[in-house]
Amino acid sequence: MTISVNGEPRALASGTTLDALVATLTPSRSGVAAAVNEAVVPRSAWPTTTLDDGDRVEVLTAVQGG
Amino acid sequence: MADDLLTIADTTFGSRLIMGTGGAPSLDVLERALTVSGTELTTVAMRRLDPSVQGSVLSVLDRLGIRVLPNTAGCFTAGEAVLTARLAREALGTHWVKLEVVADERTLLPDPIELLDAAEVLVDDGFTVLPYTNDDPVLARKLEDVGCAAIMPLGSPIGSGLGIRNPHNFELIVDRAGVPVILDAGAGTASDVALAMELGCAAVMLASAVTRAQEPVLMAEAMRHAVEAGRLAHRAGRIPRRHFAEASSTMAGRAALDPERPAF
Repeated sequence: MTISVNGEPRALASGTTLDALVATLTPSRSGVAAAVNEAVVPRSAWPTTTLDDGDRVEVLTAVQGG
Repeated sequence: MADDLLTIADTTFGSRLIMGTGGAPSLDVLERALTVSGTELTTVAMRRLDPSVQGSVLSVLDRLGIRVLPNTAGCFTAGEAVLTARLAREALGTHWVKLEVVADERTLLPDPIELLDAAEVLVDDGFTVLPYTNDDPVLARKLEDVGCAAIMPLGSPIGSGLGIRNPHNFELIVDRAGVPVILDAGAGTASDVALAMELGCAAVMLASAVTRAQEPVLMAEAMRHAVEAGRLAHRAGRIPRRHFAEASSTMAGRAALDPERPAF
């Protein structure tokens, strides 16, 4: 299946969880948040959130700003 | 100052200088500038996680014991801003948000309709909302009415360094507000910051004025002093402006001198 991760298409095995996806981006979970199709997914729900073909995932963190 | 604390919502701060972190040449310079500024509340932006980026502004703030204030910079609609605030709450564990909803990239002026919409939704969702707003006394009142914890009017456009273009509007906003009024955007140098505090602002928020100064750490120190000086002057109560001079030395008891002697 193909999902969008921070705007880039990415091929993933079906059944991949949000938790597994975030782990490929960063070893740390602190300071990170994720949304799937414009809905925030709490960190505690990442391991049970299975991604589907076509999902749009945004993984954000804090950067210098303001 | 210990005897003159800033209170926003249920939290008190000894410093009345809120710093931003954007525009700093490096994290090292940023850390030194933040330290010297004395700030206790500092903004960050939420952006896509980039695995290649080394170092984190969060670790700097954590090390310095500075409370993090996420913003919604870059949002053009209420929907974007609400989602960004919720992501920030999840990522950073804070329900405080500096709400920014701008109308276009050229001016970065707030979109008042979207801003008020987003503020209302976020307050209802339990957020402590600090909105970046136009220097409009009517909009400021409406933002307070929907439950915002502070009002953050712009002195002039973000990053412009043009100072406070409409001091009278600031006076009107301060006069009516029941929550802290915080100058946000436009400060270019220390005198702008002192003026904001003299006009009755409870605090000043700035970033570019320090991070893009020739010497950011020196300017951070200047801003700390400017906030304190302006605040003290506000509390002290300035003298009224007058058209003509008023002697500070008394005329009584003057010697009777012959104006022609000694001759020059």
